[in-house]
Amino acid sequence: MSEHVIPKGVYVLIFVTLLILTLLTVEVSFWNLGILNFHMAVLIASTKSMLVILYFMHVRYKGGLTGVFVAAGFIFLGILLTFTLADLMTRGWQYQPDTSAFSMLIPPR
Amino acid sequence: MSSNHSGVVAHQFDDAVQQRETANLGMWAFLITEVMMFGGLFASYGYYRWKFHDAFVEGSNHLDYLLGATNTGVLICSSFTMALAVQAAQAGKRKSTIVFLLLTMVLGLAFLGIKAVEYTEKYEHHLIPGHGFQVASAHPNLVELFFAFYFTMTGLHALHMIIGLVVLSILVSMAWRNRFSTDYYSPVENAGIYWHFVDIVWIFLFPFLYLIGRS
Repeated sequence: MSEHVIPKGVYVLIFVTLLILTLLTVEVSFWNLGILNFHMAVLIASTKSMLVILYFMHVRYKGGLTGVFVAAGFIFLGILLTFTLADLMTRGWQYQPDTSAFSMLIPPR
Repeated sequence: MSSNHSGVVAHQFDDAVQQRETANLGMWAFLITEVMMFGGLFASYGYYRWKFHDAFVEGSNHLDYLLGATNTGVLICSSFTMALAVQAAQAGKRKSTIVFLLLTMVLGLAFLGIKAVEYTEKYEHHLIPGHGFQVASAHPNLVELFFAFYFTMTGLHALHMIIGLVVLSILVSMAWRNRFSTDYYSPVENAGIYWHFVDIVWIFLFPFLYLIGRS
């Protein structure tokens, strides 16, 4: 299991796929998909990360404990993103361009 | 010393396999804390990008997506050579381990070089957040916020690259002194997953920062 040496061909295949997906994400960003542009970017980046994690980082060939660690990382990342954004995006704050909270953080020049 | 014939197994471990898996799991635990650190940045970036979408599109259009895409390619190549370095170390091939580690370092340096070109260009165009920041826009403060995110996120990522390069140079010297064997290659393997992690962060940074509102 941990002695598993992945054949070079697998690495080459993943490498080429990653390069193709990089070109794809650039190409797709120029298509007018509206809000879906963001979803496509996230989808392609997630696919690339999955390939890197499973093959380059060997998680696919490791034992279940490594898998549990990796999954736990993603679950907590999901909690962080979902709860933070669910809170902030549903507060109905009023935004006024010149008196935003951020403009007060920067000293006038 | 341990009763193990290889002489590289610390006494608290049963064998080389257990030692290797322990080290690997420790590295993953560290990487998960890294995921949470970058996660916080991505969460705040995501919120402000949603809130101030037009300003973030403006800011993003100041970035050169071709340089960003090139850097993504460079980093993927470096991940590939890193994976081959780990494979060579697993097989006990000292020479290929050194060659692939050095190739990875060259690609890592190329990435940082391109990054430096981009930063210089931002400096020349007064796009560094702070008192010198100048941009022709209806809401310059919000474009400045985009650049604050850009420099924080790519800067933290670049810092990880620099640390990775230091780690790789130590590995090259260890491999040179023949410190690794088929029983002991954990440093190469764990530096490998660190390097791939840094690659993954960039895989997300690239479309999020460079490719908004291009259509």
